[in-house]
Amino acid sequence: MTPDLILFLILALVSIGAALGMLLSKSAVYSALFLVLNFLTIAIFYVLLQAPFLAMAQITVYAGAIMVLFLFVIMLLGPRSIEGSQQIAWQRPVAFSMGLVLLGEIAYILFGRCESCGPFTTLGADFGSPERIGDMLFNRYLIPFEITSVLLLVGMIGVIVLSRKKEN
Amino acid sequence: MIPVTYYIVLSAILFTIGALGVLARRNAIVIFMAIELMLNAANLAFVAFARMYEALSGQLFVFFVITVAAAEVAVGLALIVAIFRNKESINVDEMSSLKG
Repeated sequence: MTPDLILFLILALVSIGAALGMLLSKSAVYSALFLVLNFLTIAIFYVLLQAPFLAMAQITVYAGAIMVLFLFVIMLLGPRSIEGSQQIAWQRPVAFSMGLVLLGEIAYILFGRCESCGPFTTLGADFGSPERIGDMLFNRYLIPFEITSVLLLVGMIGVIVLSRKKEN
Repeated sequence: MIPVTYYIVLSAILFTIGALGVLARRNAIVIFMAIELMLNAANLAFVAFARMYEALSGQLFVFFVITVAAAEVAVGLALIVAIFRNKESINVDEMSSLKG
């Protein structure tokens, strides 16, 4: 057991635990906070995978902006639990068994097809650095980048239109 | 070094938990959070494969996914607020107005 592996296993346990906490907690506020913890562990995985820029983007955009938006809306609508008792009785067991089937399928595809999945090779220190990412973003992926800005603009307009109260 | 399969297995487990959240929970906001979890699981797989194939394109794709997720969350939460104004509830079982 190398220190890397121990770190990975602890982080993976925290990550899965946080995801399960999100799934199982009754209150939407707790769910959101568990999801923040999950996003932070995923940011640490990005650092381990030599993607420091993405790790920072993950923390600022996901754990920062998106989850704050979630918490805002939860507070706006009232954080009370709305899971009523009118649940369909067979829904949980069916969902659980289908989830197991999905996991089994993914595992089968992974271990059946993954021939070249070996240990990682060592890379140069600048792999995934902001310089390299920016270079690719503004040369090779310039048009997708510009389309993204249009998408964000459309999203913004959509939010304004959707949340505007009717005048009459 | 940690083999890439560990990351992929973790990603698969997180994706399954997200799918379970969509299937089993009835609170629209929690369903939305589960979708975010699935996006993150896919992103983790992207980054792991980018590291394995030494291709930076995978990381760029994750960057775009994060942007799209941000736009999606803004629009989706606005929709949830609009539905809550109409129905005073965000339980997805009660959103059945189109049902004949």
